[in-house]
Amino acid sequence: MTVAISSLLNRIRVSDSASGPIDAKEYFINMGPQHPATHGVLRLMLKLEGETIREVIPVPGYIHRGIEKIGESVNYRQFVHLTDRMDYLSAMMNNWAVAMGVERATNTVMNDRIEYIRTIFAELERIQSHMLWWGVLGMDLGAFTPFLYGFRDREKITDIFEETVGCRLTMNYIQPGGLMADIHPNFVTRVKEAMAYAKPKIDEYEELLSGNVILQERTKNIGVLSGADAISLGVTGPPLRASGVAYDLRKIEPYGVYDKVEFRTAVGSVGDCWDRYWVRVEEMRQSIGIVEQLIDNIPEGKFMLMKPAKKIIIPEGVYYNAIETARGVLGMVIASDGKSDKPVRIHMRSPNYNNLWAVDSMTRGSRVGDLVANISSLDFVVPDIDR
Amino acid sequence: MIPHAGYEVITLSDRANAALPESLWLSIGYMLLAVASTAAFMSVLGMALVYVERKVAAHFQCRLGPMRVGWHGILQSVADAIKLLLKEDLVPDRADRLLFFLAPAFSVLATLLALVLIPMSPTMQVVDLNIGVVFIAAVGGFGVLGILLGGWSSNNKWSLLGAMRAGAQFVSYEVSIILSLLVAVLFAGSLQLSEIVQSQADGWWIWRGHISGFIAFIIFVIASTAELNRPPFDLPEAESELTGGYHTEYSGLRFSFFFLSEFINMFIASALGATLFLGGWMPFHIGGLDGFNAVMDLIPPGVWFAGKTGFIIFLTMWVRWTFPRLRVDQLMRLEWKFLLPLGFTNLMVAACLILTDSYFFPL
Repeated sequence: MTVAISSLLNRIRVSDSASGPIDAKEYFINMGPQHPATHGVLRLMLKLEGETIREVIPVPGYIHRGIEKIGESVNYRQFVHLTDRMDYLSAMMNNWAVAMGVERATNTVMNDRIEYIRTIFAELERIQSHMLWWGVLGMDLGAFTPFLYGFRDREKITDIFEETVGCRLTMNYIQPGGLMADIHPNFVTRVKEAMAYAKPKIDEYEELLSGNVILQERTKNIGVLSGADAISLGVTGPPLRASGVAYDLRKIEPYGVYDKVEFRTAVGSVGDCWDRYWVRVEEMRQSIGIVEQLIDNIPEGKFMLMKPAKKIIIPEGVYYNAIETARGVLGMVIASDGKSDKPVRIHMRSPNYNNLWAVDSMTRGSRVGDLVANISSLDFVVPDIDR
Repeated sequence: MIPHAGYEVITLSDRANAALPESLWLSIGYMLLAVASTAAFMSVLGMALVYVERKVAAHFQCRLGPMRVGWHGILQSVADAIKLLLKEDLVPDRADRLLFFLAPAFSVLATLLALVLIPMSPTMQVVDLNIGVVFIAAVGGFGVLGILLGGWSSNNKWSLLGAMRAGAQFVSYEVSIILSLLVAVLFAGSLQLSEIVQSQADGWWIWRGHISGFIAFIIFVIASTAELNRPPFDLPEAESELTGGYHTEYSGLRFSFFFLSEFINMFIASALGATLFLGGWMPFHIGGLDGFNAVMDLIPPGVWFAGKTGFIIFLTMWVRWTFPRLRVDQLMRLEWKFLLPLGFTNLMVAACLILTDSYFFPL
């Protein structure tokens, strides 16, 4: 009996004749839309030579839900909850971007209580987002344990959200004109507990991952993005600051009560994965500092200044405002005709979408393993890329 | 080298041989016992190791692990095995069907062949070849074939990448493994595993062989972790990079073959490390101190073997759940620029030690 191994031979013949000798051939490989390292449905086309990456072609659009288009047929209050579904780890900040846009357009000034609570919630959200990122980075680099540590500590903060807001992920809490509800009576003590808990945990993160030789080998001088490149690509947030550009909207155009608190902007020097790692870890510490400065001083006052039953009508014009989410600058464009309570056009400049295009220039010439480190250090939330 | 009268090694194949002149059926009975016990040991050990791994991982990660099936989830592995047996067995479109079917069989076969040589106690060993160490190294090389074929025949570029990584990695680290095995072989003066164990009656090679034995043990643990393709060297199946590497396309029973052979290989490597450097089933002896040695002999050899092997297994699990993964080129750099020169130097030092006859504790 003859054993048919002709298909093996056939394949060698076919690949030989395809283009040139087999060892010099470049080939394409599809990373995603279902791939464990792309955190959702991001698709990357990789042009590989052996294991060396020659080109990365991002193909977004697999989770496009038309949030901007839906925004044209709902009023501003209804639109807030859609923004939760963009960057779900910065849900509070997304809500705040809409609220701020509407408030600035209608010249409504918020009282201190609202601003304090909004700032505290935004910083809590930033801490939990970075905690999750830290765990996921560990998992992407092959260490599964940090993933569970990150999730465990993040739960303490989502518990606080749940108590006041009723939700853990998609908040819909910050509304145009104020907040959905007043803070829970336990809020202040719970936040203090959580901050006291989180501080040593961040030192623990450093012990588990930062000091590890393999992690440093995998991240130092990997995926270098120069400051000039980062600016020209429109990269914002921690990746931009890691490249040495101290651009933080909380400092440059303070909103909320960021002008009343003291915190430092973490800035990297090289712009590699290690700097991006370090910037985020430091941001967690700074955010804890911000929350601690604010939590004891929440003033009394109303939590909602616009009557929920009343229509919000923005004067005619195009309005832009921006906010620093956990991933970078979220720009909010609202165009209104001045008659209807619905916008004519609504558009978001999402941080992840711009950061995505930095992957190619960061990754060329490195290995598949480096690509994973790069994606992870840019911290994508894919629904925010497509919206 | 130093004949030790304390233990007489009787393997199952010895029993079969001895029984042959008297009764053919008794001999066949011993052979069947050998086959059945190896197969049963392999599957039970596989499930037990999966359970242990999950529990160890869980406790490293501040959780409980499997708790629902049986007492403390002790039957979880059985449930998983049944699930794997019942799962649909998918073959990808345009896969090389023959090689696709053969690949897991190769993996399991290599594992099985190595398993029969492990001396678990003086009376618990199936075959005791006089070239035992060489045989295990050779059979270990055979296991790569299964992984390479599995990656190649899946008709999946990710699998192929994983298989190519596996090929490069295994071939490289095999060199270091053999260099470290040779140190123990030099010390013991034999390739036969039972004799290597017997030679450690005055003390285990890890501390009797000065620094050389210790370095060889460290090299062995690192290189065997790479050979087992466990983190931080799990590049062939790097989940976050290659979605599962060479076994991406495998499901059901065939996947479980790969899985089983991976876990049993972990046991074999740990057992080999224990046998060559930690004295295998030999109790903790210090040459010359007969009273102390007699006390140590009270613990049966099988327990010593299980304890030492378990310790090394726990060590590899500890590493697995703590460290991130290396990159391909870093992995190669570690082997060719660090471990290999160190291994050669170590081998030469060991040879000098033996020529000058300067071990610890011949007393």
